[in-house]
Amino acid sequence: MGELKVKDKDIVIPGEILATGMDYLPAGAAIREKEEIVASHLGIVSLKDRLVKVIPLTGRYFPKKGDTVIGKIIDITFSSWIVEIGCSNRAVLNVRDATSDFIERGEDLRQYFTFGDYIVAEVLKYSPTQGAIDLSTKGPGLHKITKGKIIRVTPSKVPRIIGKQGSMISLIKDATACRIIVGQNGTIWISGEDIGMEQLAEKAILAIEEKSHTSGLTEEIKKLLDEGKPKKAIPAKKPITQVEAKKPIKKKSEVKKEVKKVKK
Amino acid sequence: MTDLIKQHIEKLLENSKREDGRALDEYRQPVSVEYGVSAKSAEGSARVKIGETEVIAGVKLDLGEPFPDTPDEGTIIVNAELIPLSSPDFESGPPSIDSIEISRVVDRGIRESKTLDFKKLCITEGEKMWMVFIDIYPINDSGNLFDACALAALAALKDAKFPAYNKTEAKIDYTKKTTKGLPLADTPISITVGKINDKFIIDPTHEEEQAIDSRLTLAINERDEICAAQKGGEEPLSIEEIDQIADLVIKKSKELRKKL
Amino acid sequence: MTLTKRSDKRKFEDLRPMEAKVGIISRADGSAMFKIGKTIALAAVYGPRELHPKFLQNPEKGVLRCNYNMMAFSGSGDRVRPGPSRRSKEISLVTEKALASVVDLDKFPNSVVDVFIELIQTDAGTRCAGITAASMALADAGVPMRDMVSSVAVGKVGGKIVVDLSKEEEDFEGGAVDIALAMTKRDKKITLMQIDGEIKKDELLKALEMAKSATDKIYALQKEALKAKYVREK
Repeated sequence: MGELKVKDKDIVIPGEILATGMDYLPAGAAIREKEEIVASHLGIVSLKDRLVKVIPLTGRYFPKKGDTVIGKIIDITFSSWIVEIGCSNRAVLNVRDATSDFIERGEDLRQYFTFGDYIVAEVLKYSPTQGAIDLSTKGPGLHKITKGKIIRVTPSKVPRIIGKQGSMISLIKDATACRIIVGQNGTIWISGEDIGMEQLAEKAILAIEEKSHTSGLTEEIKKLLDEGKPKKAIPAKKPITQVEAKKPIKKKSEVKKEVKKVKK
Repeated sequence: MTDLIKQHIEKLLENSKREDGRALDEYRQPVSVEYGVSAKSAEGSARVKIGETEVIAGVKLDLGEPFPDTPDEGTIIVNAELIPLSSPDFESGPPSIDSIEISRVVDRGIRESKTLDFKKLCITEGEKMWMVFIDIYPINDSGNLFDACALAALAALKDAKFPAYNKTEAKIDYTKKTTKGLPLADTPISITVGKINDKFIIDPTHEEEQAIDSRLTLAINERDEICAAQKGGEEPLSIEEIDQIADLVIKKSKELRKKL
Repeated sequence: MTLTKRSDKRKFEDLRPMEAKVGIISRADGSAMFKIGKTIALAAVYGPRELHPKFLQNPEKGVLRCNYNMMAFSGSGDRVRPGPSRRSKEISLVTEKALASVVDLDKFPNSVVDVFIELIQTDAGTRCAGITAASMALADAGVPMRDMVSSVAVGKVGGKIVVDLSKEEEDFEGGAVDIALAMTKRDKKITLMQIDGEIKKDELLKALEMAKSATDKIYALQKEALKAKYVREK
């Protein structure tokens, strides 16, 4: 008994009936209302066996313990930093969770992290009833960001940007020789030796965000990265500076490089 | 205070590059002007888009008593409101100082260029004049509201038509529009230039605005004269810099004027 | 004076031409435009975000805050003085109540979802257009909702029950009753009802029945506008 009203990969809006009867189970942004399963968010349907799941297409970040996030220091108290991570409440980084160094009471916390600093942190605890989010920068890979660029994407697209076992983000890292950290809160850090490569990485990530629910995306991104990479120039009458692909480009001040793109 | 985003913008500018690939003196495309977006209620209205920044302006005409020192003149009243609809940074409430600044700068550009001949707005000397209200609302603040608001105001003025006016009863019939437009004598174009370190940029995006040290807005009339100026930001400008900016703005004003 | 034909040739159950678009304000978390006849409403949603000042915070769940405003040049006659009026404050209140019944903010204590509605042009049915736009903007922002809300004005004009009163019909010489309504889609529950005029109970019930299919038509447009943002990219 029970009827499925939607197909896999359908786009649904809040309140839309996904299934009737008690045979199916709601997951993600799908809720049960008596005999019906309805969507609670604008999202995309994912069906698996009896599970009717809705993956939201939009919405602010919802913190989960263990998530890696990238946030910005917006305030400092005598024993903690207040961090903006783009969700409904501000997060707190307490001194005891920030570093293994011994910090004396009354020490100027600005020497560790100051206003405007971006940090890579981990969500230690989230108490929804109090709206309190605790962060930590005490693990491996958690640190202050000192260079590179920050971009923001819709948090719900993060899984697609990372890919299965990190396959998608590795693809981009390899192609652009950039270090990339994707925060679960949708804030992403990109740092490369070459600004052109940083921009290519950004372009690829934004393309995934825009087309996250379409098929054939991996191929499309591969093509985008290929077309954006500097290639070995075809021997031509005019002398052109050759650029080796895939090696990190050492940035010397004011060196102009001419890059020839080969149209496939 | 660290500012990673500003650092990044500065780094790009060192190589004369911008985040979105534009040249330092390039406007975002498209720059579009749409007339009559509130044609049923406003006497004149327009929507301006510069990239993703969007502003709507409307003109309403009303009757009033001329000011005692200018008994044979009408007047304009410019009101720009930075509504919270358009940005997470704006709050509900009475006009902020930023709203007031834009209102007054747009006003001066129109007033000082004598775009509207105020004497032609007089109905009966000492008794009745036309008041031209220009209300400006950003719909989406993606940077450079100064220029977008000024352009929208001007476009709304161009679009405006006098409503039917019954002289004997001294009453306006808003349901009937005449074909008579406002007596416009000029087209002042307002352009803002932002300074980051030693580089000048035109049409800053929202992020670039955060990185700007100082800005200079100049309004240029059809005869390439400066009819209004407003310096903003905390960093000073040298006379040479103002010279350079003025040249740049006068050149760009012709391009923007074509959009109307 | 009775109504035999509507001045714009519509049938009694017809709505004026409508248009809806979602995602029109890039700085907002969610946004939408809804146009019905010549009434044009824009809605932007910001949040859930932290609510200040602290004394307004609700430790049990998030707060929904609505602000309805008419642009100064949007009125049908004189310029509207900028700033909140008693009328706009009341509309803000009933708009908030109309939307609060479908929005679920349990997971966002101490925060606020701000809804801003602006009218570019007004031609009857303004608060309804605002609520319809706001409903789409909330969905676009990813605010959890158990259902969509669709809003329309119904009423009695010259003895006949009609849907989506025009400005002329609101001011009808023989008397008009203007009923602003908002309904959820699934169980057709009423989240907004305001009546201006005198009407018999039976007539009111008939009007509410007609509102059911009218709001269905509006819902179809809202759904299409929300999906269009994503379907087009396939």
